[in-house]
Amino acid sequence: MEDRMEIKTAGRAEEQLKEKLTVSALAEALGAEWLVEGEKERIIQAGYVCDLLSWAMARLPEGAAWMTVMGNLNAVAVCSLKDGACIVLTDSAPLDENARARAEIEEIPILRVEAGAYETALRLGELLRKTP
Amino acid sequence: MRELALNVMDITQNSISAGATLIHITVEESASKDRLSIAVEDNGCGMTEEQVRSVIDPFYTTRTTRKVGLGVPLFKMEAEMTGGSFRIDSEKGKGTKLLAEFVPSHVDMIPLGNITDTIFLLITCNPELDFVYRRVKEEAEFVLDTRELRKILGEDAPLNAPEVAQWLKGYLEEQTELLEGGNSI
Repeated sequence: MEDRMEIKTAGRAEEQLKEKLTVSALAEALGAEWLVEGEKERIIQAGYVCDLLSWAMARLPEGAAWMTVMGNLNAVAVCSLKDGACIVLTDSAPLDENARARAEIEEIPILRVEAGAYETALRLGELLRKTP
Repeated sequence: MRELALNVMDITQNSISAGATLIHITVEESASKDRLSIAVEDNGCGMTEEQVRSVIDPFYTTRTTRKVGLGVPLFKMEAEMTGGSFRIDSEKGKGTKLLAEFVPSHVDMIPLGNITDTIFLLITCNPELDFVYRRVKEEAEFVLDTRELRKILGEDAPLNAPEVAQWLKGYLEEQTELLEGGNSI
């Protein structure tokens, strides 16, 4: 009986979601704090983890949820330049006021989570695999 | 950036775009004072006070192809992250001086990297411009002044002629090695 229940749960975890993953859906799944709402229904197509901004400037994929601890104006500029879907500040990293204000203007969503980038990226990976 | 030498390359391109004909690049290291400073000074078109304020804003750029310029903001951030400082002094029509000071013992310090290659590339890729590269370590220093080099070479031998470039590379590497005594940051 117990075995069967486990199988059933596992089966549900593999279930495909009907809709693409939005920033709002990610925020809900992560239990994240909203710092900037911005374009919150934007679809997330990928994930990226990096704290070296010049590196991210060359590599952040378009439409990616970017997990970083760099809550400054330069990070907002990188996300804008590369057209990332959102910034997820991990490890409860702080967000500078001028960065928050600029993200509002640019409509870049910024979320904050207590978990580290690794845990957050794992969760995002699970969600992305389940979406069409 | 992964190496400060890449920032120097990037920052110096701004001087070139500003129409500079003479660019001073100074790298000063002191282990005893726990300081590394990088200065880039040019005789380009210079900036107004307002322009100086805006170049440290990543959402300001003179480019028209994109709305974000990160060269100066990243360099400033990298210096400040180590507990160092950053300043720009500029005068319209006179030129610009940019000074970044780093605290090398800080855990977020980015390595200087291959500054010799950066200087070599800047000189050989811009043979019509003059560079004064000064590298100081504690009490020792060396200077490479392309104006002096031109006097010796005469007008017919450009700085990117293969023989000249080869000599330049050798000179820079040799002097750097002498200065570092086999140790690099």
